[in-house]
Amino acid sequence: MDEIDTKILKLTQDGIPFAPEPFNKIAEQLGITPQEVLAKFKEMQAKGIIRRFGASIGHRAIGITSNAMCTWNVPDERVEEVGAIMAGFPEVSHCYERPRYPDWPYNLFTMVHAYSHEECEKVAARIARATGIVEYSLLFSEREFKKTGARL
Amino acid sequence: MIKLDEIDKTILNTIQLDFPLVTKPYEALGKQIGISEDDVISRIKRLHRDGAIRRIAPIINTAKAGGTSTLVAMQVPTERVDEVVKIINAYTEVSHNYLRTAKYNIWFTASAPSVEYLDNMLAEIERKTGCPLINLPTKNLFKIGVKFDIK
Repeated sequence: MDEIDTKILKLTQDGIPFAPEPFNKIAEQLGITPQEVLAKFKEMQAKGIIRRFGASIGHRAIGITSNAMCTWNVPDERVEEVGAIMAGFPEVSHCYERPRYPDWPYNLFTMVHAYSHEECEKVAARIARATGIVEYSLLFSEREFKKTGARL
Repeated sequence: MIKLDEIDKTILNTIQLDFPLVTKPYEALGKQIGISEDDVISRIKRLHRDGAIRRIAPIINTAKAGGTSTLVAMQVPTERVDEVVKIINAYTEVSHNYLRTAKYNIWFTASAPSVEYLDNMLAEIERKTGCPLINLPTKNLFKIGVKFDIK
């Protein structure tokens, strides 16, 4: 990542304008052409510096009001296999392994988004059946205090 | 909840993953969907105003962008939630923060230039709030790809 990449990300991470040529102003500020800005984005995408370029959805506003963090206690030797199965569920948007603590036994985390709590619970039950992991807990989000993208 | 027509849904389902990286992206979207550039822009403005679109932006992979990130769970007494959240959210490094029903009830994510920076920040948050926390950095990533299938 070079200095221009960092500047481009800082200028666009909170969103591009909803105007016919949204990259013009950024290009002007950086002293390069809009085509160069776009080429930089494509390059950063190819390198994996940006995961995608697109819209972040306010899922609550459109009725996808239920969001459950499902946490699973998976035997360490099964983590790779079970993680792959969980990731295969379309309802699962994120799937991570994280450390355990003495009072926190769950090591696999999946985020499930759905139109209702009931639907989230059904998805979790299907995951449990598919993986044989029965020790799990669903943490529904009750309030959202902050949501921005990961920032530079 | 806001009302979406079929064109709104097509726009939302398209621009999550395939926002055209061209100089006139809204015109390109319009051609793809079969509506005018003006119509695309006015619909996107409305969807943004109503909260359906938060932003159109690059989704940064902090690990590759030279940083690190983590998930933190905190145990906060119910009556102190608002006060503690204010302290946590004051950090621009904190990107998401939710109240969840569990023993650990406050869950936030944070990204920063280094692990040391994050550790110091979490120690500071623990000190300022007096609430116990557990740091849950990613050990293994199996999936990250928020794309909502809008029906």
